[in-house]
Amino acid sequence: MVINEQIIKIKEEMISDINLVNDINGVNDIKVKYMGKKGLITDLMKMMGELSPEQKKDFGKSINELKEYFNSNVLIIEERLKEEGINRKLNNEKIDITLPATQIRVGGVHPIVKIVDELEELFVSMGYSVVSGPEVESDLYNFEMLNLPKEHPARDSQDSFYITNDTLLRTQTSAVQVRSMLANQEKKPFKIICPGNTYRRDSDDATHSHQFMQMEGLVVQENVSLADLKGTLEVFVKRFFGEERVIRFRPSFFPFTEPSYEVDVSCFKCGGVGCPLCKNTGWIEILGSGMVHPNVLNACGFDSNKYVGFAFGIGIERVAMLKYGINDIRDFYTNDLRFLSNYDRMEGGNK
Amino acid sequence: MRLSKKFLSDYLDVSGLSFNELAEKMILIGNEYDSVEKLSSATNCVVGYVEEIKEHPDSDHLHVCQVKINDNEITQIVCGAPNVDKGQKVIVALPGAILPGNFEIKKGVIRGEESNGMICSLGELGIDSKYLSEEDKNGIHALENDAPIGIDAISYLGYDDEVIDFELTSNRSDLLSIIGMAYEVNSIIDSKVEIKEDIISREVEDINDYLSINVNTDKCPLYIARMVKNVVIKESPLFIKNRLIASGIRPINNVVDISNYVMLEYGQPLHFFDYDKLNKVINVRMANNNEKIVTLDQIERALTEEDIVICNDKEAICLAGVMGGLNSEVDNNTVNVAIEAAIFDSFNVRKTSNNILRSEASNRFEKGIDYKRTYMAINRAVYLLEKYADALVIKGQLVHNKIEYKEKIVEVTLDKINSVLGLNLTVEEVISALSKLTLEATYNNDKFTINIPSRRLDLNIKEDIIEEVGRIHGINNIIGKLPTTEAIPGSYEEEYYREKQIRKRLSSLGLTQVKTYTLTNQNNINQFNLNKVDAIILQSPMSEDRKYLRTTLIPSLLEVMNYNIARKNNDIFIYESSNIYYYDSEKNVKTKRLISGLINGVYTTNSWKNEKVIGDFYVLKGIVENILNYLGLTDRYDFVINELPSELHPYQSANIIIDREQVGIIGKVHPKLTKGNVYVFELDLDKILNIKVRNIKNKEINKYPSISKDVAFILDKDVLAGDVIKLIKKTAGRMLTNIGVFDIYTGENIDSNRKSVAFNLVFSDNTKTLTDVEVMNYFDKIIEEVKAKFNAELRDK
Repeated sequence: MVINEQIIKIKEEMISDINLVNDINGVNDIKVKYMGKKGLITDLMKMMGELSPEQKKDFGKSINELKEYFNSNVLIIEERLKEEGINRKLNNEKIDITLPATQIRVGGVHPIVKIVDELEELFVSMGYSVVSGPEVESDLYNFEMLNLPKEHPARDSQDSFYITNDTLLRTQTSAVQVRSMLANQEKKPFKIICPGNTYRRDSDDATHSHQFMQMEGLVVQENVSLADLKGTLEVFVKRFFGEERVIRFRPSFFPFTEPSYEVDVSCFKCGGVGCPLCKNTGWIEILGSGMVHPNVLNACGFDSNKYVGFAFGIGIERVAMLKYGINDIRDFYTNDLRFLSNYDRMEGGNK
Repeated sequence: MRLSKKFLSDYLDVSGLSFNELAEKMILIGNEYDSVEKLSSATNCVVGYVEEIKEHPDSDHLHVCQVKINDNEITQIVCGAPNVDKGQKVIVALPGAILPGNFEIKKGVIRGEESNGMICSLGELGIDSKYLSEEDKNGIHALENDAPIGIDAISYLGYDDEVIDFELTSNRSDLLSIIGMAYEVNSIIDSKVEIKEDIISREVEDINDYLSINVNTDKCPLYIARMVKNVVIKESPLFIKNRLIASGIRPINNVVDISNYVMLEYGQPLHFFDYDKLNKVINVRMANNNEKIVTLDQIERALTEEDIVICNDKEAICLAGVMGGLNSEVDNNTVNVAIEAAIFDSFNVRKTSNNILRSEASNRFEKGIDYKRTYMAINRAVYLLEKYADALVIKGQLVHNKIEYKEKIVEVTLDKINSVLGLNLTVEEVISALSKLTLEATYNNDKFTINIPSRRLDLNIKEDIIEEVGRIHGINNIIGKLPTTEAIPGSYEEEYYREKQIRKRLSSLGLTQVKTYTLTNQNNINQFNLNKVDAIILQSPMSEDRKYLRTTLIPSLLEVMNYNIARKNNDIFIYESSNIYYYDSEKNVKTKRLISGLINGVYTTNSWKNEKVIGDFYVLKGIVENILNYLGLTDRYDFVINELPSELHPYQSANIIIDREQVGIIGKVHPKLTKGNVYVFELDLDKILNIKVRNIKNKEINKYPSISKDVAFILDKDVLAGDVIKLIKKTAGRMLTNIGVFDIYTGENIDSNRKSVAFNLVFSDNTKTLTDVEVMNYFDKIIEEVKAKFNAELRDK
């Protein structure tokens, strides 16, 4: 049984070799030593031809066992060594994750534009079209067709920047009301909002700005009431100032609406019990609104006996100041990057 | 308009009404207020009698007074007023009194002398010094000798009044009078407005013997004149003075005060002339251009044809509706008074008062006068002059009346009211709301008929009535709903929407949006004025700094940059989109929508790794290209060096061209304008948003491998890489799918006037695998072309 002895000898040697292997090169070496073309096991196989069928069977079995022993043991070592190698590599790649991040520059949207964007999305979702109009406007559209003839005393409250006797920087986005109605002579019902810059001859201070943004809203159709106006403004107020907010209409006067209302929102700071923000009234004035004056409808070709409309004008800076607690309107126009960057994120939501 | 409770109670019973509560209720019917105040908030003040007075032993100006403060008590008070005297009735603030300004009176010792209170001036009671006589400004106030000792001094003086300062809407001219206010307040308390008839006790002679009036302008539709003789000029009675003070008007003398008093009551301004300065005639006419008048404030005014003047036989004596002339003023020597009650054209008064002075009178004329009140007011004035100025009333009045008053009847249906207000009111509720406003309404044949009283100049159409019903009934229990319309999809104007997308893209590229003013100064409109357009200037600017409409956004961005750098906010990456305005060659106003950006400083950085990208021309070019590619303009734009604005660096700037049309600029700001490395761009949004671009279509991904080739050319330094790229593209045709520059080299082995530029070319074909032979064909051709056209050599051969 020379062969069997050889097998035993090889196996002993193999066990010793396997135990000594400690890197991938060693694995390759013993693979060559035992399984290579001239390897010890390969040599054994070559001896098979000299054996009787009976012996062949036994011998084959032994060799297979030996091969299997080798392969399974080497595989285990191989895997262990690979893993050790990866672990070593990973360990070498260890970084300090607390070091400062790479500064990737991202820009932001100006806070009042952010408000405008949000308002637009809200009103577009309610079927409004966003339209724009010129900032250099004719006296005719800015005043006269809005029921504000020359020398009307209400023009006092909005001293204007005139360019010529007939053109001025618009004092209100309401001018777009006229343009929209004139452009809609097929008299289809329509709902528009118009955000934009407006200008008044005010000296700039913490609460006044000679330039500011307004968003006009206008709905004209055959039947629309104050209840529709109220419902629409409630959607806006709740979205911007919280679901618990309520509004009230305070009768007022604007030449282009009749009836006219100032709209107050219940104070979002104190909830309506009274605090310095609402001057202890529980209410904060937020916008002007009303039912479109028949003179305006008629001047724009809409028969006031048939059509009615409501209109509202939202002061964007005012909404932004109230919503965010900004105290100085000039902050919007000096553009301190520290101020602007504060608004470059999503809202927290209502959770 | 300041509303005094005492004044109001002449016409309406408001006893038991809290003025604070009233003010809150008035807000809900549309009358905002600024404040509710007591005329004097002083407490614990009594009428005292100075029994004894002696000099303070330890002071050269203090007096030690023994003051009787009730029947049984005399107390010692130290007083510093120069005019305090024995035998005076005075106002004594007792210990524990709180004077305005939260000033508490305590017992004390003043330089060794006990003092148990304070003898007060009117100022110390809270009356503004502008209302006080010189005497009252400088010392304590002496009361009438018959003032009962010990009674409450505040109520004795009539200062126990409350005042609401209303901020009224400009349509409510009727509320600029106590009577008008009485009707309005009545709508809340539902009482009854009562106007007593003023009966003049004696009238003599005939006004026609004294005066005639001629009105030679249609700007004075109503002019009434009356006359009184032998007035005695003196101080007004306390109640008149107090009501004027409460209403914000300074008392002067009984005659002048009566004219103001009646104006406050009726809303009808009056003018009193010194009759003896008239020469028996009053002429009303338009002024001549440059006619002069010296007004009561002793200023000479030059007039225009739009000013209405009142004249005597020779000259203008009054600027109608605005201010009297010095030459006809009622003064302390006046004996006979001619009284004017008139209505002047509101537009003209407004013009005049804009130029000269706004006054209580002009304010009322501008907003409109109820002609019935004109008649009532002049009668009231005569009555008060008889009563409080001992006037002898001349019989009759001179009237010029061209008013054609038509009764105002407004009709409205219940349906209309409910459909506008979104309510379900009944006929009774509507009638009730209107009757609270003393508006008579009848309901017949399904509609209301309302007879509008002449005092309500603001009520003319049915919408006005609807508003009144809503105002008084209340509209805050309306249930809000959304309009039910035929559904219309919401939408944006296309350009506006595209601009929004560009803004988002710019933000994601690292630029922060700013918002700056349209109005700017002369310096800024001349800078970066690319097309040398004619800037628009305001007619009457507020300041030199806000005088012009800007013609470019870049100077505004530079201002924002400087503002931030001054505050150590470094690394400025900003943009703005806005309109600019200018005149074209025919002086028509033109608008253009621009978007501009500015970069300065570090774009991205990791400081501890010492890695950073500085914002330079190429970073900004990358941003601009990204925007243009985003708009679908890939391969259609070009950066071209030709005429550039002088505010840009001549060798680091370019015009941006699309399809041969200039659409903007990009470049470094010239060092003469700023020290730092500042780069700007400006794009004409109107142009780039109106370029036709094809819609997105799928492109099959090329599944065949590509072949990449590198080549470096040695070129003259002036040769532009972009020109070489253009030539390579043109020569290679569609097989060339990408081209890049990967190295620029000057120095060793290259002539000093030459440079090496290395290109990477990628070839592929989407129908087959390209062979090297095929690619080399193109490649060699490219090399030959570049060599020939640009005097180039291959670097590596």
